[in-house]
Amino acid sequence: MRKLFVSLGSLAAAALVAAPASAQQPIKIGLIMPYSGQFADAATQMDNAIKLYVKQKGDTVAGRKVEFIRKDTGGIAPDVAKRLAQELIVRDNVDLLAGFVLTPNALAAGDVSEQAKKFMVVMNAATSIITTKSQYMVRTSLTTPQVNESLGTWAATKGGVKKVYTMVSDFGPGLDAEGAFQRGFKEAGGEVIGQVKMPVANPDFSAFVQRAKDLNPESIYIWVPGGAQPPALGKALAERGIDPKKTRVMGQGEVTDDAALKSMGDVALGIITAFHYDPNHNSAMNKDFVKSYNEAYGRNPDFFSIGGWDGMHVIYEALKKTSGKTDGQTLVDAAKGMKWESPRGPISIDPQTRDIVQNVYIRRVEKVDGKIVNVEFDKVENVKDPVKARMK
Amino acid sequence: MSLTTDPVSGPYQYLKAQSRWRVLEVAFWLCTLLPYFLFPNYLVLASQIAITALFALSLDLILGYAGIVSLGHAAFFGLGAYAAGILSKHGWGEPITGLIVGGVIAALVGYASSFIISRFRHLTLIMITLGLGLLLHEAANSAHFLTGGADGLQGVKIWKIFGLYGFDLWGYTAYTYSLIVLFLGFLLARRITNSPFGLALRGIRENAVRMPAIGAPSHAHIRKIYTISAAMAGVAGALLAQTTETVALEVLSFQRSADTLVMLVLGGAGMLYGGIVGSAIFMIARDQFSGINPQYWYFWIGLLLIVVVMVLPNGVLGGLKKLFTTWRGPS
Repeated sequence: MRKLFVSLGSLAAAALVAAPASAQQPIKIGLIMPYSGQFADAATQMDNAIKLYVKQKGDTVAGRKVEFIRKDTGGIAPDVAKRLAQELIVRDNVDLLAGFVLTPNALAAGDVSEQAKKFMVVMNAATSIITTKSQYMVRTSLTTPQVNESLGTWAATKGGVKKVYTMVSDFGPGLDAEGAFQRGFKEAGGEVIGQVKMPVANPDFSAFVQRAKDLNPESIYIWVPGGAQPPALGKALAERGIDPKKTRVMGQGEVTDDAALKSMGDVALGIITAFHYDPNHNSAMNKDFVKSYNEAYGRNPDFFSIGGWDGMHVIYEALKKTSGKTDGQTLVDAAKGMKWESPRGPISIDPQTRDIVQNVYIRRVEKVDGKIVNVEFDKVENVKDPVKARMK
Repeated sequence: MSLTTDPVSGPYQYLKAQSRWRVLEVAFWLCTLLPYFLFPNYLVLASQIAITALFALSLDLILGYAGIVSLGHAAFFGLGAYAAGILSKHGWGEPITGLIVGGVIAALVGYASSFIISRFRHLTLIMITLGLGLLLHEAANSAHFLTGGADGLQGVKIWKIFGLYGFDLWGYTAYTYSLIVLFLGFLLARRITNSPFGLALRGIRENAVRMPAIGAPSHAHIRKIYTISAAMAGVAGALLAQTTETVALEVLSFQRSADTLVMLVLGGAGMLYGGIVGSAIFMIARDQFSGINPQYWYFWIGLLLIVVVMVLPNGVLGGLKKLFTTWRGPS
């Protein structure tokens, strides 16, 4: 309790000292992320990119200093996220909201953005409908259908696959991915010969893989959450004798991200994934980005980082355009239609849906110089979120 | 009256004395109005503290008074939240009736499960309540069409209270609304615990086998209080759903059950005010610590808990009470 009072006191003191310091008010950005709990690493990666951006581009934009106020949701907690967004706006007077790793939290804060007319940048949460929650919101990450429907269409056309068996985790994001993939695949003339939904908290995949093997499908589509599950699934595939070189195994990028590839090893070779970003993407800009990221934090950036990086880019560029004006309408108007070159490739903000338009890269896991990496060998260019495109 | 010569006058007078309002209590409730004047920027947090306090109070009724250890009480909180949320999603956003529906549905499920609960004690009970909570969590996850699954329930729109007070960004309405419901819930809990029924519950807590021998049916009493507690938890859940206009799977999570148990222990179980004080301390500490350091604030919470449990084994209120009695001298 005493500690609390001490900290309260020091906070108050800090506020008193800081108040008369600058004539030109700083721009305050409220970051809402799961800094603690099981999604903490995602927040760390995103926050690293944000810090790196500020370090490289300076902490002043349009003549005003940029300040961050970081708030922790502790995981999936929309009630907390909504309260934090409200408090950031009414108590801390932030000019805009950013961050948002998890869909439920982004949806809840979206209501606040709409009500308070504040600009909001979603840097990860990938469910399609999020951006419909507030007309002051833009997204710089990806949407699940964007990646998976593209993969489905690609598989049935250029990929030359006609039959697929789908295996997904039985919860929201998995079901979304399954629906999007199957839709793209069927519309391009493919056939889904079977599907299974696997419990989210069950890292033993052998029974499910055996069932897939019994059907002897031409290809298998998988979606499992990143972390411990991709390696477990990879091992089950190898144990049951499904060889990604013969039976085509496909999935969304998390399945073969850096950490997963490290623990899967050679088992992963030949798996095909679709994603919007990989640290091995071949461009001068990305090489610089990965290099300075590694120098600062000693690890590769991932898709959370790239969402944070480009989110900061939108914020900085929009503020430059408005010469530091921060009301929601002006900022979102400045962000609409913005086009730029990101480390992941050319991207833009769709002026209608305020959602990201980007290339979806098709990659295969290969061994390059003894290292197992994702190698991009095809891409679907300028993909808009297909769900919102159909809404109109 | 002639009651004074009656052999039962002892306990009756004891209960009567217990139910008299003390100065401290009045002062405590006056203090709950302070946030309006002192911290008008913290009203949203205050409203969530009031909601959590109501939930902790409902847990206190079964844990602190009847000795039913539950690690799955969030099941009822979540049921209430989903009931109110789904009701408003399908076109009925009136808050008061939403609260009632949330409470009734939680009470029905609470009553049904109380038949299992009343048969067991201690460790077995922890496992059973934990299991029931997890079952419900998974059911809500699977029922995607009804609950929105992992994405949370979308489209919750709550009407103005009495058509007059809309939920604002500053949380004036949310806090007033939550505080009134908390106070009503508290009055109910106070009335229950200061009744012969409440006394019987305390007897059950101390010795469940002996109570039927002196004419108090343990199982029936446990079923009653469990149902009441479930209803109160449901109302708290409905309040959260209404004031935040969101419902996510997290309302049913084990984390919520466990956190509330921690708050109750922190404040002091079996004292009515324990849950309220505990949830205020826990949530204010969490807010402040996580503001100072968003990554490692759990460390300070852990430290706070260890210190409280070691120095004040009966919670903050228990400690204060002890201090108070030593100061006044033995009565």
